[in-house]
Amino acid sequence: MEKVLIELEHISKSYDGMVILDDLELTIHENEFVTLLGPSGCGKTTTLRLIGGFETPDTGKIIFDGADITALPPNERRLNTVFQKYALFNHMSIAENIAFGLKISGKSRDYINDKIKYALKLVNLEGFERRSVDSLSGGQQQRIAIARAIVNEPKVLLLDEPLGALDLKMRQDMQYELIRLKNELGITFIYVTHDQEEALTMSDTIVVMNQGYIQQIGTPEDIYNEPVNAFVADFIGDSNIIDGIMVRDRLVRVLDTELECVDTGFGTSRPVDVVIRPEDLIITPPSEGFFQGTITSVIFKGVHYEIEVLADGYEWLIHTTEYHETGKQVGLRVIPFNIQIMNKPESSDERMVEIDA
Amino acid sequence: MVKKSLDKVYLTLIFIFLYLPILVLIVLSFNNSKSRVIWGGFTFNWYRELFSSSMIMDAFWTTILLTMTASLAATLLGTLAAIGIHSMKKNARAIMLGATNIPLLNADIVTGISMMLLFVRFTGLGFHTVLIAHITFNIPYVILNVLPKLNQTSRYTYEAALDLGAKPLYAFFKIVWPEISSGVLSGFLMSVTMSLDDFSITYFTKGAGVNTLSTMIYTEMRKGIMPQMYALSTILFLMAFALLLLMNVKSNRDTKLAERSC
Amino acid sequence: MKGWWRLMRKYGKQLLSGPYLVWMIGFILLPLLLVVYYAFTNSAGSFTTANIISIFHKVHMKALWLSIKIALQCTVICLLLSYPLAMILNKLSLSRQNFIVFLFVLPMWMNSMLRILAWQLLLSNNGIINAILDFLHLPNISILNTPTAVVFGMVYDFLPYMILPIYNSMARIRKDIVEAAQDLGAKNHTIFIKIILPLTLPGVMSGIIMVFVPALTSFVISNLLGGGKVLLIGNIIEADFMQFFNWNLGAGLSLVLMVFVIASMAVMNNYSGETEGTAVW
Repeated sequence: MEKVLIELEHISKSYDGMVILDDLELTIHENEFVTLLGPSGCGKTTTLRLIGGFETPDTGKIIFDGADITALPPNERRLNTVFQKYALFNHMSIAENIAFGLKISGKSRDYINDKIKYALKLVNLEGFERRSVDSLSGGQQQRIAIARAIVNEPKVLLLDEPLGALDLKMRQDMQYELIRLKNELGITFIYVTHDQEEALTMSDTIVVMNQGYIQQIGTPEDIYNEPVNAFVADFIGDSNIIDGIMVRDRLVRVLDTELECVDTGFGTSRPVDVVIRPEDLIITPPSEGFFQGTITSVIFKGVHYEIEVLADGYEWLIHTTEYHETGKQVGLRVIPFNIQIMNKPESSDERMVEIDA
Repeated sequence: MVKKSLDKVYLTLIFIFLYLPILVLIVLSFNNSKSRVIWGGFTFNWYRELFSSSMIMDAFWTTILLTMTASLAATLLGTLAAIGIHSMKKNARAIMLGATNIPLLNADIVTGISMMLLFVRFTGLGFHTVLIAHITFNIPYVILNVLPKLNQTSRYTYEAALDLGAKPLYAFFKIVWPEISSGVLSGFLMSVTMSLDDFSITYFTKGAGVNTLSTMIYTEMRKGIMPQMYALSTILFLMAFALLLLMNVKSNRDTKLAERSC
Repeated sequence: MKGWWRLMRKYGKQLLSGPYLVWMIGFILLPLLLVVYYAFTNSAGSFTTANIISIFHKVHMKALWLSIKIALQCTVICLLLSYPLAMILNKLSLSRQNFIVFLFVLPMWMNSMLRILAWQLLLSNNGIINAILDFLHLPNISILNTPTAVVFGMVYDFLPYMILPIYNSMARIRKDIVEAAQDLGAKNHTIFIKIILPLTLPGVMSGIIMVFVPALTSFVISNLLGGGKVLLIGNIIEADFMQFFNWNLGAGLSLVLMVFVIASMAVMNNYSGETEGTAVW
């Protein structure tokens, strides 16, 4: 594990009487691509702005590279931000925008010119020095905003939903660009988004947040395959979340059928949440399935078919590359490894967060 | 912090500068002596004389009539003009907007004398000429208030209305009008403000028999002190205060409503 | 009938501005043409450039020069007072801002004549300010009927026209632009010089035009606070028309003044960024 770069300790923040963050703790390591992921209003942007210095926490400390920077203003922190709406200075040329931070640190004219060339090359916009901000497309402006931030060689780059205003193709291209940049520059990225696909694509670590609380921290695989609660399971990817009773270790009862699974430590005869990903369900002839039901809808999605099966009163979602027609009687199977057990929500907060089926 | 108290000091000084004259007028309006500096006791006399002076009341009603009529006419013509200009192609629009800017940028005195030259040639001066002059310099303000609103309204909402079966006129009243009405209103109010306060243009185009408050005060001021003027000032100030308060409260309520519904 | 209707549908909207067009030609263009006509003719009706040339007469030049001087003083004072004020206002919370803007707009709604009357009372030799100074055993001021009083009155009259555009252009600066500058390491004074100043320049230009032009061409304030001793170009033109009935001379001088105003505005417009109609309010 790389060394710890940023620590947020006991951070609380309220605004206008509303609690946004409550006793938040977070550790970020060097060279990590960390994504703060969650729905609107979950506190991810506030967390980012606290790190950037544009807000101060009501309680708690922010440690950066061993030093307490909680009281430090943004212009003295050794990190840079890529803003959601780019925040380019449109009364200056592209070169002046990029040079802005460098001029302030008092770098020489030659150094600055070299850096501008280097930055523009890095984001594939060579030759754009004299252009005006308004003459650029959204994607180009985005890349200039990134260039302007990274020329200052910050240790950490903060990105606040930077790809939101771009169309799908552009967004996908930029995602790969960002990964490439991170590897080339070797700096830490802290990225904020509500788009779980973005998070899964780019991150080393995902921090799933909701209503000011961290739900889960882990690698994309962890978060996807082993969500710790219903919120995470539902927020990341499609899922089938269903009530179950943990009979004992490695055995769970779902819809009156006992299924073997691989999770332990959830007690005996306890109610739990069970998660099965749509791509893990196998459609079989009715006699071979754990559950039996009827196909109620089949939608072609390009990558796969999205098939809904009504079985034993629950509407299952299945992703498969095989075609089955609507109305067919089928069975559903799943291997034990793909059944994920989660604790039922304990507090009313978590309960509020449960998916509306 | 020092900065904050410096800010407050500066603000206060500016406010004293702005309001000292007004305060003086209000205080003197109750002064039972004609002197500026000696207090002769509290009185309502000047207010009584104010309301019984036919000269002042005539000027007052003339001003109201002139302002209202000119503003209404200007709002009508200006709104229609704005709609027309909005539909024009780039070149025609540039010409129209350029011409609209002329009375705005021209000095009052030039506008005033140029109109006087015109009127004297054809009709002689009187209430009708002042009215025409006021309408003329008010229309650009209306256009400048309505046009941005027209630019803001999406043509798609209008087209959506047509798509749903509305006839153009119906679509206009139900869809476009609500969106520009605030611009029309602010254009109207701006015309009222401009007309109420105007002196120069009125001065040249009114002729001998007509007087607005501004021109009457000008003539009287050159003759000497008339404490009735102080009373007039106080009343006008209170009216302006009440009006602005009303408008402010309404706009505050609108903003609060908008914020709440987010 | 059908064809006419179709024509209406295509050009109908544009025709709505027809009445305005006619009005403009009749009451804006025509009068200006008349000014040009009178400027270049004499009382007998024959062509002459004497009216225009007369601007160079000693009396006229003196008045023009005084007008420019006073207008510049007024504009500079308004600018120096307004800019810090706009900055202070923009730092306040939004509801506070609305309240204070309200307090600023209020004096504007009082009749300008009366406000000048008030300054007469204050500045006169046996006026209120002198009374207070007497009370404090301080020397008296005798400002009334001097150019200083006129500048005072002009600043008082025109200050809101300078504050509002500057305040508006400042308020329009997006918060994230300032944050981006901070993020890149800029301290407050750098932010002011590199971000705020350039972005408020259109507002400043707007304000300068809205103050300089009326100040230059004013005649009322100089009459009321200058007591006939402060002779501005506006006074001369007014006298030519209303006292001496020398319309030709008056028109000639007006034309010169108009050209002068247009020239100054063209110069100032070079520095202004916005072309979308001066959104002052």
